[in-house]
Amino acid sequence: MNLASLWRAAAQHRLFWPVTALIALLALNVPFTPGFFEVHLKNGHLYGSLVSIVLFGSPLILVAIGMTLVIATGGIDLSVGAVVAISGALACLVVSKQADQDSVAGVLLAFALALAAALVCGAWNGLLVARLGIQPIIATLILMVAGRGIAQLITSGQIITVNSDSYSLIGGGYWLALPFALFVVAFVAALSAALTRRTALGLLIEAVGGNAEASRLVGIRARRIKVMAYVFCALCAGVAGLMISSNVSAADGNNAGLWIELDAILAVVIGGTSLSGGRFHLGGTVVGALIIQTLTTTIYTIGVPTQANLVFKAVVVIIVCLVQSPAFRAKAFRARAKRSGPVPRPPGTPADAAHMEVSS
Amino acid sequence: MTTISRVHWKTRRTRMSQDRRLPVLVTAGLFVLMFGFGAFRYQAYGFLDGQVFMNLFIDNGYLLVAAVGATFVIITGGIDLSVGSLIGFTTMLTAWLVEKQGLPLAAVAPIALAVGAFAGYLMGYVIHHFEIEPFIVTLAGLFFFRGLCLVISKESISISDPTVDRLAQTHVPLPGGSFLSIAAVVSLAVLAVAFYVLHHTRFGRRVYAIGGNEQSALLMGLPVAGTKIAVYTVSGFCSALSGLLFTLYIQSGDPLHAVGLELDAIAAVVVGGTLLTGGSGYVIGTLFGVLILGLIKTLIQFEGTLSSWWTKIATGVLLFAFILIQRAMTARRGT
Repeated sequence: MNLASLWRAAAQHRLFWPVTALIALLALNVPFTPGFFEVHLKNGHLYGSLVSIVLFGSPLILVAIGMTLVIATGGIDLSVGAVVAISGALACLVVSKQADQDSVAGVLLAFALALAAALVCGAWNGLLVARLGIQPIIATLILMVAGRGIAQLITSGQIITVNSDSYSLIGGGYWLALPFALFVVAFVAALSAALTRRTALGLLIEAVGGNAEASRLVGIRARRIKVMAYVFCALCAGVAGLMISSNVSAADGNNAGLWIELDAILAVVIGGTSLSGGRFHLGGTVVGALIIQTLTTTIYTIGVPTQANLVFKAVVVIIVCLVQSPAFRAKAFRARAKRSGPVPRPPGTPADAAHMEVSS
Repeated sequence: MTTISRVHWKTRRTRMSQDRRLPVLVTAGLFVLMFGFGAFRYQAYGFLDGQVFMNLFIDNGYLLVAAVGATFVIITGGIDLSVGSLIGFTTMLTAWLVEKQGLPLAAVAPIALAVGAFAGYLMGYVIHHFEIEPFIVTLAGLFFFRGLCLVISKESISISDPTVDRLAQTHVPLPGGSFLSIAAVVSLAVLAVAFYVLHHTRFGRRVYAIGGNEQSALLMGLPVAGTKIAVYTVSGFCSALSGLLFTLYIQSGDPLHAVGLELDAIAAVVVGGTLLTGGSGYVIGTLFGVLILGLIKTLIQFEGTLSSWWTKIATGVLLFAFILIQRAMTARRGT
């Protein structure tokens, strides 16, 4: 009895389905890679599948956190991939021009310039959306298209390679036995969680996303909140760009961060944040991003033929979205009740789906 | 007396600025301006040759068809991100069926079109009946069809079928010594059909009504579900047709064909004056949008020294200019 109520409470938690999906995906790996959950210490670094999921997933987590706040204000940011490319290209350009590529000061300068560029991109998006009132999807489409061109302009259409140990720390280096990127992600996640959930900022963002005009009338500076969200999102993308370029020690204006905006939006939606705005769940987003990264890893470990990767991914995405759709759960449940017999349920539909509240 | 005339003058002015055709006229005007610039600057290089203009249609016919499909979806206030992948998939499917299975093109083309339309139908069904955002559903479609391309073959398949070759090489002569390709003629026919459907049929009115306000359309008793699903079916069909034209244009199937083409299509629609909020827009505008995107490429080719990435930057800048113009006009309509 007590257990049943505990179960129901857990099932109603908004992180329940995303976390279940994540655990299921992770468990799927075990039959194929027996030591999947093992983490061992080698040369003072932690190694293991779980560590590499987090390491390779960290740029996506960062971008998705920024994207969550933008989506919470009722917007969307398609330009993050372009910002990733611009920031990586600029940082690599600055580092490669230096006589001593290892110098910490030089790398920090590169970081500062790259983040400043990201800040400008974010401010530009914010200006278009908040001041000029352009639809977010279009406003950020401009930078999505032009940004790739700008990134290629910075690298002159080449792939710039750098050879700098200090630069490779942020994306591929280790600190205290853990990937350094993990600390950056943890810091950004903690910072954004603290700012939005320990102060009124999160409430204000949700108010703006719910109804920008109404929130302006009750005295919230809706425009400023929106601009802040886009700037924050672009900064996250900028850091992600540094990570991606540092991981491979190269900047590719054409391919760095390609499609990351789609993955990030997917992560946000899987995490339970509605695209219509007004609500957001940072925890869900992080889980969503981990699901996507785990999915990618799973595809490799269980030996899905590489050419079927995308099909597999699309099918999983559709199943996850269908399970989360209240309309789908209602229909699946009603169909079952009507026929009052065991009918083949669509894969992934939970038995008690109709009881589940829409995540709130 | 003066007040009356001033009011009259004012209403006339607002009426002009409220005219929904204005964005299309602005786009057309800009096209003429850009073309004039090209004619002036590259006069010595034969820019004014009729064929340069006709090449815009030959090189962008497939984009025009895809953009026409996207126009339908965008007028209802939705979005279709699967366009580029579906085009890539169609080129792959056609190449595979024709080359590896030895089917005649006449049999393959209907299959490809049916697959595209069915894909659009499925996406529309999920979007409407399960109330999942079009953005997410068509994004899954984007992954799915790009993935199917790779399942068919990881390598590019070149087509050496004589029918395809003949169709691709056929020139449709025009007065004045210039010519069009079959693909260009087909794309113009699609444009004409789309124009007729959107402006002279009940279906067209429903598309606009749903884009204007879906709730109202439902309360008026319009078949919202059928229309919405039909719109995505049209887009899927147009993508498949565009894929066939692209196959003719490039004579091969490649899993990486038309990557990101959905953005070009959406950009063309927006530049053509269709509002992404839905309810307002013209396919003729889309034509000019496509022509302008094509003209940017042509101008950069004629310039010769500019690198390809300037195309992207110019497209972005142009997109920005158009959105500002649109924004200024919709703001005035609101007050």
